[in-house]
Amino acid sequence: MSKNKLIDLNNITVSFDGETILDNLSLSIEDGEFVTLLGASGCGKTTTLRIIAGFIEPDSGDVFFDGKRINGVPPYRRHVNTIFQRYALFPNYNVYDNVAFGLRVSKVPENEIKERVMEMLELVGLKGYDKRKVDKLSGGQQQRVAIARAVVNRPKVLLLDEPLAALDYKLRKDMQSELKRIQRQLGITFIFVTHDQEEALSMSDKIVVMNGGKIQQIGTPTDIYNEPVNAFVADFIGESNIVDGVMLGDYRVKIDGREFKCLDTGFGKYEPVDVVIRPEDVDIVPLDSEKAMLTGEVTSVTFKGVHYEIIIDVCGFKWLIQTTDISYVGEKVGVYIEPDAIHIMKKSEYSGTFGDYSSFSDDMDPEGEDGESSEEGDE
Amino acid sequence: MNKAVAEKKSFAGVITNAPYFLWAAIFIVVPLFVVVYYAFTDDTGAFTWGNITDLGDYADTFLISVLYSVIATVITLVIAYPFAYFLSKCKASSQKIQMMLVMLPMWMSLLIRTYSLTQLIESNGIINSIITSWGLEPLEMINTPGAVIMGMVYNYLPYMILPIYTAISKIHPSLLEAAEDLGCNGFNKIRRLVMPMSMPGVVSGIIMVFVPSVSTFYISQKLGGTIRLVGDVIETQMKNSKYHIGASMSLVLMVFILISLAIMNKFSDDDGGMIV
Amino acid sequence: MKKRLSPLSGAFMGIVYTFLYAPIVVMIIFSFNSAKSTTNFEGFSLKWYEELFRKPEVIQALLNTLILALASAAIATVLGTLAAVGINMIKNKRISSGMMMVTNIPMMNPDIVTGVSLMLLFVFVGRLIGASEMLSFTTLLIAHVTFNLPYVILNVLPKIKGMDGSLVEAAMDLGCTPVKAFFKVVLPEIMPGIFSGALMAFTLSLDDFVISYFTSGADFQTLPLYMYSITRKNVKPDLYALSTIVFIVILLLLLLSNVIQIKSEKKNINKK
Repeated sequence: MSKNKLIDLNNITVSFDGETILDNLSLSIEDGEFVTLLGASGCGKTTTLRIIAGFIEPDSGDVFFDGKRINGVPPYRRHVNTIFQRYALFPNYNVYDNVAFGLRVSKVPENEIKERVMEMLELVGLKGYDKRKVDKLSGGQQQRVAIARAVVNRPKVLLLDEPLAALDYKLRKDMQSELKRIQRQLGITFIFVTHDQEEALSMSDKIVVMNGGKIQQIGTPTDIYNEPVNAFVADFIGESNIVDGVMLGDYRVKIDGREFKCLDTGFGKYEPVDVVIRPEDVDIVPLDSEKAMLTGEVTSVTFKGVHYEIIIDVCGFKWLIQTTDISYVGEKVGVYIEPDAIHIMKKSEYSGTFGDYSSFSDDMDPEGEDGESSEEGDE
Repeated sequence: MNKAVAEKKSFAGVITNAPYFLWAAIFIVVPLFVVVYYAFTDDTGAFTWGNITDLGDYADTFLISVLYSVIATVITLVIAYPFAYFLSKCKASSQKIQMMLVMLPMWMSLLIRTYSLTQLIESNGIINSIITSWGLEPLEMINTPGAVIMGMVYNYLPYMILPIYTAISKIHPSLLEAAEDLGCNGFNKIRRLVMPMSMPGVVSGIIMVFVPSVSTFYISQKLGGTIRLVGDVIETQMKNSKYHIGASMSLVLMVFILISLAIMNKFSDDDGGMIV
Repeated sequence: MKKRLSPLSGAFMGIVYTFLYAPIVVMIIFSFNSAKSTTNFEGFSLKWYEELFRKPEVIQALLNTLILALASAAIATVLGTLAAVGINMIKNKRISSGMMMVTNIPMMNPDIVTGVSLMLLFVFVGRLIGASEMLSFTTLLIAHVTFNLPYVILNVLPKIKGMDGSLVEAAMDLGCTPVKAFFKVVLPEIMPGIFSGALMAFTLSLDDFVISYFTSGADFQTLPLYMYSITRKNVKPDLYALSTIVFIVILLLLLLSNVIQIKSEKKNINKK
């Protein structure tokens, strides 16, 4: 794939009412990529999208599109189109007129409009719905109209602002693969905003994890999951135990007074680090087994269907473990961790704030934080 | 925000706001200052307190205007509150039709309404002709304070019913059920729940009846005979080109109403404060 | 289950309705009286209606009222819609609430004060420019637009505020300039508010007596002003006939606006 930079955001800063929304953010997006901006509500992901769309102008910094600086270019002169969170279909027009809207505004001949609209409706699976009123459609169908209405204009980039948030679980799954199919078929760049890490992992070529108006990490889904750069990313993407450790040298880390083998190099000797261990990578072994590297007491056991979720107290730190073997509360057990399950991260501002399950509850699940309303301005 | 865009947006804001802004300034704000100007100047344009001190002669007029309108407002409230409450208990379909019935007279000219009332209570009007046909003495109804107050009640009753009804019907049925569940009987339910929650409606009803009552001149002219209210005085002064006295009376009326509104708003803000 | 009304409260409501409608019903009945009396009904006839329409000043007043109501409602609707859009755009809370406060003044002030204040403004300006008679159709029109404006704004503003803000953004995203987006997307969305505001302005203008009384000149008499002038003298049943006609026109207007309201409500229900 020939990859040339399509969008370049350089040192973008945005603030509303004295509150910094984006803090010196720089991001490049290449042609044909499926990029996801992932983060909790208020992290600045929607603002980033709206800067690319032209609804917000940055206080400072440059926006480049296809090599040209587009600061100050109004949204209606940009070659991008947006799918809005609640679709924003025009209620006074039917499906056909909604999809034809952009083409009519740019004065495309009516016979060409017809051809392109019909082709689009077919692409999104709404053939034969052209005369329907949009308020008579289901959520999934409205979503498809919104996609058709945007891509019929042949934008170079499609911006999607949490487009699946309003759909129920099953429909959301269907639309995920549907969007992916449409993106591949059209070969255009998709910039997708979501707070749902699962959605981000399953759809994206590239994920941009954001928090506090800053980019935390950019990478492929596997990179982000396996090699999180800091405690925030590790915690936001999936479940993680994040424990304090000290590097004893290359491939050697000390956790809770015990030395572990690992695969990481390049840290200073005796450098304090954050150690990430995914709950599914921890094995419970009998106390007297020679594989037992740490020992602790089981404090809670929850049946989750596929596996048990077990919390083990090891010297005061609560580990979350996902395993198919049952244990019992109060039982003393050993813990075994493979060297390749250990991921070492440099200490960051997020150290110590995530990854301990002592007050574990569903409320702390990042998926629980819905919506992005705080970023939509105070309308 | 980027400067160019901010400027463009504020330019659009100015363009859309300017016509109304100008209109409101010239025809809403400036006239109030002109009233003040006339109230404090004499025919030569010199400053004077004379117009205000002259109002002493009209103290009685002010007093009876306020008295009649307070009585009328209280009567209106006493009729309207139970009416609105019963209305909210009617079937939903009948409520819509009844709302229209209540509103219909409201949309009719005050002149027609008042005039149609005179023909009923005139000395030789319908009511008296019925009474005399029974062999009774005719009643002295028109040209009395009672007639003026009745005219106010008759004309402005819908303005009281409407907001109270709206406030009562907004009370969610589950609240009433909760009250019953917690042991409220019918009367307690009304006293502890319906009344406090319908207070905003009562307040706006009182305003909507009191303000036009205290400033009316047609009702008193048609039904009051020689009774003269503030509105009558203002009308006579203005029509005889005595602008300065007319202006000072209007100013006092306006200030009085503003103060009353402020007091009413305080009552409705306090929430617990019961007027009934 | 709703409890049924007790007979006592039903009777109370009946009495109130009788109080509200007795004068109107009597008036309508006597408008068909064949005699001149407004107390003794002597037989059905339409002669007072005929007489009414033989009077040129009645026809003229009727026409004047309609012209004034249409003109003032049209101006107030355009100006008020523009104002509502503008007020919605103001980001500064102080300025926008200040604008709303000024907008509320004509609604809070008694009509007589609004009328007097406008009359004094016209008199004052007249004295400044040395005109002997300032009050005319123009001043009447200005007064009507002024008291109609708040009602238009208060009908349109909630529609604009209630609109999904991303609709405008979607239109701009699809290539519309802000002005084009307003006409293609915003205007159709807020049309019900504009329409009910216009209807309200029209009826208020038809109905107004007090403000017109202070701001009209001798050259232009409206129906309420005409009625006022004849109720000062001895009244013949032709006024009843006129009132009956007005009553029926208002009844029809009210029904029309109710039908429109029910229709738009249905549309909203379908949306959800």
